[in-house]
Amino acid sequence: MVKLSTQAVQLGLNWDGRTGAVTVPIYQTATFKHPGLGQSTGYDYSRSGNPTRKVLEDGIAALDGGVRGFAYSSGMAAITNLLLLFSKGDHLIVTEDLYGGTYRLFEQIFRQYDLSFTYVDTSVLSEVENAIRPETKGLFVESLTNPLLKAADVRGLSELCAARDILCIVDNTFLTPYLQRPLDLGADITIYSATKYLAGHNDTVSGLVVVKDPDLAEKVYFLQNSVGAVLGPQDSWLVIRGMKTLGIRLDRQQENAQKIAEWLAVHPKVRQVYYPGLPGHPGHALLAETARGFGAMVSFEVIDPLLVERLLLKTEIISFAESLGGVETLITFPEVQTHADILPEIRARLGINNLLLRLSVGIEDVDDLIGDLAQAFE
Amino acid sequence: MKFGTRIIHNGHEVDPHTKALGVPIHQVSTFHQDSVDHFGKYDYARSGNPTREALEETIAQLENGTRGFAFASGMAAISSVLLLFSPGDHLVVCEDVYGGTYRVLTSLFSRLGITASFVDTTDLAEIRKAIRPNTRGLYLETPSNPLLKITDLAGAAGIAREHNLLTMVDNTFMTPYLQRPLDLGCDIVLHSGTKFLNGHSDVICGFAVVRDPALAARIGFVQNSFGAILGPQDSWLVLRGLKTLKVRMDESQRGARAVVDWLCRQESIDQVFYPGLETHPGFSVHRAQAAGPGAVLSFTVSTVELTRRLLEELTLAAFAVSLGGVESIISYPARMSHAAMPREEREVRGITDTLVRLSVGLEDPEDLIADLDRVLNG
Repeated sequence: MVKLSTQAVQLGLNWDGRTGAVTVPIYQTATFKHPGLGQSTGYDYSRSGNPTRKVLEDGIAALDGGVRGFAYSSGMAAITNLLLLFSKGDHLIVTEDLYGGTYRLFEQIFRQYDLSFTYVDTSVLSEVENAIRPETKGLFVESLTNPLLKAADVRGLSELCAARDILCIVDNTFLTPYLQRPLDLGADITIYSATKYLAGHNDTVSGLVVVKDPDLAEKVYFLQNSVGAVLGPQDSWLVIRGMKTLGIRLDRQQENAQKIAEWLAVHPKVRQVYYPGLPGHPGHALLAETARGFGAMVSFEVIDPLLVERLLLKTEIISFAESLGGVETLITFPEVQTHADILPEIRARLGINNLLLRLSVGIEDVDDLIGDLAQAFE
Repeated sequence: MKFGTRIIHNGHEVDPHTKALGVPIHQVSTFHQDSVDHFGKYDYARSGNPTREALEETIAQLENGTRGFAFASGMAAISSVLLLFSPGDHLVVCEDVYGGTYRVLTSLFSRLGITASFVDTTDLAEIRKAIRPNTRGLYLETPSNPLLKITDLAGAAGIAREHNLLTMVDNTFMTPYLQRPLDLGCDIVLHSGTKFLNGHSDVICGFAVVRDPALAARIGFVQNSFGAILGPQDSWLVLRGLKTLKVRMDESQRGARAVVDWLCRQESIDQVFYPGLETHPGFSVHRAQAAGPGAVLSFTVSTVELTRRLLEELTLAAFAVSLGGVESIISYPARMSHAAMPREEREVRGITDTLVRLSVGLEDPEDLIADLDRVLNG
């Protein structure tokens, strides 16, 4: 069994037996001819199945140790499809410091369909356990939260869920299967905004889901096909292409992130640093044991709100932009960007305030990145 | 400017930045910001991408709406619009609606508390009868799939307005070149852009267009939160396809007319369904609301055996699902577009085992007829 990074490099390599092409062709087609009545080549309409998208879907399933993968037009579309598995009256427990778009979807769309949600600190098992009710049917947890980087004990959470027939869904965007495989730890479903690390180049919007139970896979497929929020063939091909360098990108990004976090931790104008690679971080020991790394997201609080604007606008290499996980280093201001949809009182309690900045560390030379931050601080 | 000119000259024909004679493909997920207080027009591609936006503005213009939305598929467009409704809402839907729409209504949205009644909307009295105190929407296709049944859009819109219902019209078969539901008083136009709009059987996409700004804001919210968006490459391809919409429709209609006339003279053909036939039910209603009969026709063959041979032995028309492409496509609704509808439901609607649907492409009609002749009469 080859290593994960090897598998990733070889995605689609042997697909085209006819020509020997080392990449999968882009099947820019909507429909497929039937060889005869009642016969099919396995493909009939691209919403239902497309060969290029299938290589991506099979690829992520293999990397994640699942039985089937699904590709969507965005991470949010993937999450929406999973929420459609639930029914009126179902209750879900959710990570409290999660991406604002997920919160918005749950509160402003799904709540009206009589789904209810309780937001807790999912890095504390007892908090999750206390939130369980008879009608709890799902747990939605970010394995590494956005933006405070709290680590979830996926194995512990999965055990809690399995005992009570609760579907354990893990948004593993910040870690990727390269660093942690939630299905191996007992989760039922993993979900990714592939827009981030998987595609890795800030150039496509896409979502991926992996499932390990065949019956569940059928239900997820029914929704993917019926609702049709599928990823197009060009974008699928670009995500496949991006995934080939997942290993080397994440290795470099993590190396950089560790050095930057250590540099920030002793900077006089920084009040606090959130990075799991720092020994003082609450999730450090857990991730050291259950993951192959600490990721490449670093959040930090500056001592003065005026520094926020300076850091966002004065950096020349680091770009002030939404999103994360790509080769370029990006800096964002969660309070007004990614977490704007979360209620102010909740943000305040969580520590997502006007001093908090989030850095998605890329693959540039770390000295250049630190130099850029240093000059912006002045 | 006439329609044929407008599809080419619509404000997006020249790129303002470089003067390129075309829309650049913005294969990107995020955008740099220059200010913390005032974000730029674009921040994250799910929320807005310039290539997709050019397409959305174009389709809005062509349908005489104020705002357009591009989705990953026709079903994604339909599902996104259906998410405007709330549990307890009831919808009146045309009974021979596309099987995929039937499926999401009966297997998904019903579970979310939205109910639907399927009625013969060609009879406005049937629409009135079906309206209940909790009815909130009216969903129509005209000409319908696959029997090309005609619904009086202005009449239906009038009834809808009396009862405060949102009218949704799937205008896939006609396209705005031939029919503009917003002009007839309807609220939302939907498209499987996969079909005639893109016109090359190579992109899966969907659209929603509206006129009312408040409704536009609500759909925009769903598009952004759910994220079932169309990618930039696909958007660009659809923009390209749209440029030939008029000439393609003109030619396909001419071909359809010739094929229809020929089929009507064949003994092996029982019935022909085509809005251009004076004997077609709704002929005058259609002529009053549309500029042409379109390029899709259906017909019943004398025996099941001959039906099978027709599907398997034609060499020009591809035996496949879908329609609206440059190549003619022959389909078998009972096992394809309406396979998701139970057999009893299908038969009651006239979708029998000898019914065949033909989407006429751009081949010379003489060749198409010769091909049909060879199989039917050879």
